[in-house]
Amino acid sequence: MSETRVTGAGPGGRAARRRSARPAQEEPATIALRLTVNGERLEVSAPPHHTLLEVLREELGLTGTKHGCELGECGTCTVLVAGRPVLSCLVLPRACEGKPIVTVEGMQRGPEPDPLQRAFAELGAAQCGYCTPGFLLAARDLLDRRPDPTRDEIREALSGNLCRCTGYIKIYEAVELAARRQKDPSARPSEETLRGRS
Amino acid sequence: MMRLPKFRYVEPRSLKDAASILATEGPSAMPLAGGTDLFPNMKRRHQTPKTLVALGALPRFAGVRGSAPKGFSIGAGTTLTALEEHGGIRRAWPGLHEAVKSISTPILRNMGTLGGNICLDTRCNYYNQNYEWRRAIHFCMKCDGDTCWVAPGSDTCLAVSSSDSAPMLCALDARLHLVSKAGERTIAARELFARDGIKYLTKAPEEILTQIDLPPVDGWRTTYRKLRRREAFDFPVLGIAVALRFEQEVVAEARLWLGAVAEAPIEAAAAAKALAGRPLADEAIEEASRLAFPVAKPVDNTDFGVRWRKEMSRIMTRDALRSLRSQTR
Amino acid sequence: MAAPDDKPGAPGAGPQKGVGGIPRAGVVGASVTKVDGPAKCAGQTKFADDLVLPRMLFCKVHRAHVPHARIVRIDTSKAEAMPGVIAVMTGKDLPIPFGILPVSQDEHALCPDKVRFVGDPVAAVAATSEDIAFDAMNAIEVEYEPLDPVFSMHDAADGRGARIHDYGDEGNIHKKVALEFGDVARGFAEADEVFEDVLFYEGNTHLPMEQHAALALPEPDGKVTIWSSTQTPHYLHRALAKVLEMPPSRIRVIACPNGGGFGGKSDPFNHEIVVAALALRTGRPVKICLTREEVFYCHRGRHPVLMAIKSGVKKDGSISALHFRSYLDGGAYGSYGVASTYYTGALQTVTYPIANYRFEGARFFTNKPPCGPKRGHGTPQPRFGLEVHLDKIAARLGMNPADLRLKHLVPPNSLTANYLKVGSMGLGACIEKVVAGSGFREKHGRLPRGKGIGIACSSYICGAGLPIYWNSMPHTGVQLRLDRGGGVAVFCGEIDIGQGSDTVLAQFVAEVLGIDPLDIRLCVGDTDLTPVDLGSYSSRVTLMMGNAAIQAAERARELLAKAVAAKLEIPGERVGFGGGRVYDVENPEAKRMTFAEAVVLAESRFGTIGTVGSYVPPPSAGRYRGAGVGPSPAYSYSAAVIEVDVDPDSGWIKVERVHVAHDIGRSINPVLVVGQVEGSIYMGLGEALMEEQVFRANRQGVHKIPSLLEYKSPTTMEMPEVVTYLVEDPDPNGPFGAKEVGQGPLLPVPPAIANAVYDAVGVRVDEVPITPEKILKALDSPQKRYGPTRLPRVEWPETTRVPTPWEGGTGKALEPEKAAAKAEPIGPGGVRR
Repeated sequence: MSETRVTGAGPGGRAARRRSARPAQEEPATIALRLTVNGERLEVSAPPHHTLLEVLREELGLTGTKHGCELGECGTCTVLVAGRPVLSCLVLPRACEGKPIVTVEGMQRGPEPDPLQRAFAELGAAQCGYCTPGFLLAARDLLDRRPDPTRDEIREALSGNLCRCTGYIKIYEAVELAARRQKDPSARPSEETLRGRS
Repeated sequence: MMRLPKFRYVEPRSLKDAASILATEGPSAMPLAGGTDLFPNMKRRHQTPKTLVALGALPRFAGVRGSAPKGFSIGAGTTLTALEEHGGIRRAWPGLHEAVKSISTPILRNMGTLGGNICLDTRCNYYNQNYEWRRAIHFCMKCDGDTCWVAPGSDTCLAVSSSDSAPMLCALDARLHLVSKAGERTIAARELFARDGIKYLTKAPEEILTQIDLPPVDGWRTTYRKLRRREAFDFPVLGIAVALRFEQEVVAEARLWLGAVAEAPIEAAAAAKALAGRPLADEAIEEASRLAFPVAKPVDNTDFGVRWRKEMSRIMTRDALRSLRSQTR
Repeated sequence: MAAPDDKPGAPGAGPQKGVGGIPRAGVVGASVTKVDGPAKCAGQTKFADDLVLPRMLFCKVHRAHVPHARIVRIDTSKAEAMPGVIAVMTGKDLPIPFGILPVSQDEHALCPDKVRFVGDPVAAVAATSEDIAFDAMNAIEVEYEPLDPVFSMHDAADGRGARIHDYGDEGNIHKKVALEFGDVARGFAEADEVFEDVLFYEGNTHLPMEQHAALALPEPDGKVTIWSSTQTPHYLHRALAKVLEMPPSRIRVIACPNGGGFGGKSDPFNHEIVVAALALRTGRPVKICLTREEVFYCHRGRHPVLMAIKSGVKKDGSISALHFRSYLDGGAYGSYGVASTYYTGALQTVTYPIANYRFEGARFFTNKPPCGPKRGHGTPQPRFGLEVHLDKIAARLGMNPADLRLKHLVPPNSLTANYLKVGSMGLGACIEKVVAGSGFREKHGRLPRGKGIGIACSSYICGAGLPIYWNSMPHTGVQLRLDRGGGVAVFCGEIDIGQGSDTVLAQFVAEVLGIDPLDIRLCVGDTDLTPVDLGSYSSRVTLMMGNAAIQAAERARELLAKAVAAKLEIPGERVGFGGGRVYDVENPEAKRMTFAEAVVLAESRFGTIGTVGSYVPPPSAGRYRGAGVGPSPAYSYSAAVIEVDVDPDSGWIKVERVHVAHDIGRSINPVLVVGQVEGSIYMGLGEALMEEQVFRANRQGVHKIPSLLEYKSPTTMEMPEVVTYLVEDPDPNGPFGAKEVGQGPLLPVPPAIANAVYDAVGVRVDEVPITPEKILKALDSPQKRYGPTRLPRVEWPETTRVPTPWEGGTGKALEPEKAAAKAEPIGPGGVRR
C-alpha cells in the first residue's frame, strides 16, 4: 500500500487558481428578457448566464422542455426558434428576443392537439415520454417544410434526437400517420403498425 | 443540470466594435457565433471566457454571395443548415456540401456556423470531460494540467482537429478573411491550422474569421468521406477531403487532405502528386491510397482504435477517389 | 341513449375504439391509446426534475476523484462559508449502510471512511441555487490515503489490489456459485461430440434519457416525502427508513413517471437518501438532478461477463451435457449482483432440453461503478454465449441452425433440469415465423460474400418467483374504489417507466368491469396511498399486477352483480358487464342500466364500494440453495433472424433487417407490445454493435466516455427495418394469458448478429460489441476468430448437486460433497475435442 497522500485539491487546487473562474463584475444578478413564447409576449428576469432551457423550465415553468445532457448531445431539449428546431441548452435567451419560440406546450391549437401529438400518443411513440417533446418539435419542423416526407427524410430530420425506448419505428409511423392526417383526417395506421406482421 | 459559468455578454453593433472589444479584453474575451462548441466547453469549464462577444447579429456576417464561375463568398456566420441548403454550393462543391451535411445533427446545424466549425476547438477524450472528471486524472496539458495523457512523453498537446469543413476548405484552397483592430487580412485556409492541440489556430485570438472565399469552380471535382461510429452526432475520427481538377479525363491538379487524424488537417501531398497528370485509373487510386496511409497519424483520444482508423485512411481514400471518377455536375 | 355498438355478453365488450377508430371486441387485446400518452405528448407529465416547491434548495454531490482510498479528512469549511450554502453533509451524518439485496448492504449514502470508485459520493451540499451548489461542491477538499485499486477480474482473481469490501466469498471475489443438475460427466461420456467456447460480453449501461432526479419535502409534523425517478418505490422506502432511522410510516415515497429506466433506476440510490436527509436537516425542500456523467456512475448496468461453455452433443443435435461458467465483473458494490450471478446460469435450460447441467459463476468486486440489472438481467450474456455456441454446433453437424433448435425444444408444461416450471412455450412457432418471413432457409449459407443471415432464440421470466427479501406477502396489490358517478379509482404501487404498465392496469380493470379505460383514474407508485407493488423490474408487472387487478375488479364486479341481480330480479350469474353497462345477459336490451347506476345500487346496499386484489406467484419446484433465481410464473420466448452487410475490406457492419417473433402469451395492447419488441431490438442492437461502459485502468480507472456523445447509442440512422410477429399462446398463469415483452426480445439480437457475421464473412466474433475493428482482426487472424482466450483463476466452491426430475429428483440437493472441479483451461472458439 502506498503511503503517498493526495489531497482533493491536488492539481485542481492550483488549476482552480489558474482558471480564474471568478464571475465578471459587469453583469447584474438578473437581466430582463422580452420573449415571445408560444405566441405570448412575456417579460421575464433571469440570471444572464442561464440558457433558454433554464429560463423556459425554471422561470416560465414550461417543464415540457426536457434535458438529457445540456451539452448538445441528445436533442431532448429541442424547441423551435423562428420556426426551426434548436437546442435550448445551447442558446442564450437574449439571442432569441424578437423571435417566436415554440415549446411542446405551444403545439396544440386551443384544445386540439397537434396531429403529431395525437399520432404519437396513439401509436405508443411516446413510451417513457421524456424525449418526446424534442421529437415532436423536430417533426413539426419537418412537416412544415415537407408535408409528405419519405421514411428516409424522417430518419434524417429526426437524427438529432436520441430515444432509448422505441427504436424509433413507432415514431416514424406516428410522423407518417400525422402527415397523412393533415390531408385526410380519417387516415388510419396499418394493421402491421398496430399488431405486427401476421 | 450542467450550467454555464458567469460571463459578460456584449453585442457589438459593428465588426469594428467587435474587433476593438476583443483587442482590449485580450484572450479573456471570446467571440460567440452559434455557441454549439463554445457553450459545452464552458459548461465543462474548459473555456471560461470573462466576456463573450456575440457576432450573430452583425451585418453581412451571414450569407452566401457570388457564383460558381466567379467564386462564392460565404459569411463566417452562415449557419451550417443555410450552407447545406444552398443549391449553388451543392452543385459547385459537392465535397463541401457533404462535409457540412455530415456535421453533428440537423438541429445543431441550425445553430452552428461555418466559421465556428472551421475554428472548432480541438478534441480529445481526456479533455472533453466535465471538470470533476478531469480532476480525477489531474487535468491535462490542454486545460488546467501539465501532461498530455494520450502520450505522457509528448511536449505538445495531441488533441485532434475534428472539423469536417476544415480539411475540405484546405483541399479546395479556400481563402479566409481575418479582421482585427489592426485591419483585415486574407490567408489560405491551410495557413490557419497549426500542429498544436492547444494553439491550433495561427490567427491571433482577437482576430475574427469573417468570410470564406471559394475559388471559381473551373473543372474541380470534390468529395468528402467521414469515418465515425454513428451517422449523426459524431465528430469525424477520420475525414478524407479530395479535390481534383480534371482536364478531359486526366487529373490536372490534385489535393488530398486528411481530417481528424492529427491536431490539424493534414495534407497528403505525395498521394495527391501520384494522382496528377494521369487518368483516375485503379492503379493511380491504389497508389494514392497507399501514400495517404502513412500521413494519417491518429492517437488514442477518439472513438475507435488507432490501428483501425489508420487502416481506414487507405480504404476510404480509395473509395473517395473512386467516387470522383463518376462525379458529374 | 344509444345501444352498445358491440353485442353485449363478452366481458369488456364496449365502445372503446382501437387506434384510428378500428373497432375491437374488448378492451383487452385492443390497441388502446396509452393512458399516459396524451399528457406526455402535451408536455404535461411531471417527471421528478420538473417538480418545484417553494423555498426549494438544490443539492450537488461531491464525488471521489480517486478509485480506491481511505478518507483521511474532509474539509467542507470553504463550501459552508459560501453565501447561499445552507447545509453540507458527509458520511458521518449517514453512517448506516444499505443496498438492494439483504445480503449486500454495502453502500452508504455518503462514503464514511472509504471510496471505491471514481464517482463514489463523499459529501453533499444544499444551496439556494444550483450554481451555488456547484461551486460549493467543488470547494470541498478531501484528503485521501490511496489504496491499491483493482480494475479487472483477472487481477481480482490473482489477488491484486487491496480488498474492496470486508465481506464476500474470498478476497475481491464477491460471490461464488457451483451447481450441478444430474451428472455432467456421464452426459459428456454419452455425447458424440464435445464443443468448447470462451466468449465475452462487454458491460454497457441503460442510458435512460432522463437523468435521475429526486426531491424531498420535510413536513412540519416531522414526516418526509420523497419524489424520485425510481422503478422501485417500495425498496427505496425500506432503504430510507433504515438509513434515516425513521419509521416507514413517516416516510412517503412517490415514484414519478420514469423517463426511461431499463433497470437503471431499480436500486435505492445514495442521492435519494441524501436529499431526504438534507431536507430533514434544513427544514426545506431539497432537489437533486444528476448530470449525465453522474448517471454513468449510478450505472447498475450490464455486467461484463466472461463465459466458458462446454457442451456434449449427440449426432441429432441434442445436448447431453452442458457445463457453463460465467465470470462477472461486478464493480464496486453488491447491488443485485448475487442475483445477477445466478441469472447467468439460470435460464439456459428453458429453451432446449439439457439432460445434465453444471453451472459455476463468480462475481468480482472491482473499483468501478457497480453493475446490476439491465433489461434482461444477467441473461443476455449467457444467451449470447449459448446461441453462438449452438450456431457452431449446427455448422459442425451440418445442420441448419433453425432446424437444430426446432428439433430440440423444451416441451410445454415441463420441468427443466434445474427445476424451472415451463408452462406455455411458443418458441417453435416463433422460429417458424421468422424463418418463413425472412427466407432464412433459402438465404443461410447461400448469400454472396459480405451478406449474412443469422438466427438466435431466447426466453425470459415473467417476474421473479421470489421477492428480494423473502416473505409470504403478496408481490403486488391493487385497490379499487368505485365512485357513484361511474368512475373507478385504481391504486397500485406500480410505476410506469415507459413500458405501458399504467395502460395495462387500466385495461385489466376496464375489461372486467366493462367500462371505458377513460373512466379510470390511476393512482400509482405512492407508498402512502397505494398497495405495495415490488417495482418495475424482472418483467413482473403485467403478469403480477394484472392478476391482482383482475382479482380486485372481479370482487367489485361481484358486489355490483349482487345489487343489480336483486334490482333486475335475475340470478347473479346472469348479470353481464360491457359497454359501460350492466345488464341481463339473456335480455340485454330490456334489462340493463349504466355502470354508474349499478354502482349506486351497490353502494346503497353495501356502503362505499372498495375492493382489493393481490398476487403471490405459485411456489417454485426447486428446493436447493440458489433455487430462488430463475423460477417464474411463466416464460416468454423470442426468436430473431437478422440480416447484415459486412464489408470484408474494412470490417464495417451494417444491420439491414431484423425479423423477430415474440411469444407474448396474449397481447393486452398489441401496439404497445410491438413497441416493446421494437425497443428491445433497438437496445439489443446498441449492445451488439457499439455500446460499452469502459474504463481507463491506467488513469485512475476513470470512465472512458461518460457522455451521450461518446457512449454510442444508436441514432435513427443506425436503426434497421424491424419486422415483428406476435405469437399468441395464452399462458394459464398470465392475466388473460399474457406474458412479458419488455425484456425478452432483446436477448436474441447480439447472438443473431454474431451468427450473421459468420454467415457473411466466415469469421467468429466471440465478443460483444461486435465492431468493425474486431471483425477485421478476425478476418486477419489465422483462426478467423476474435474473442477471449483466458479465464480468471477461481477455486470453485463445493458443488451443490441436485438430481434432475428425470433422475427421480425432488428438487432438493444431495448432501454436500467435495466438488473436484477447478478452473481448467478451456480452449478458444469452438475447439472440439
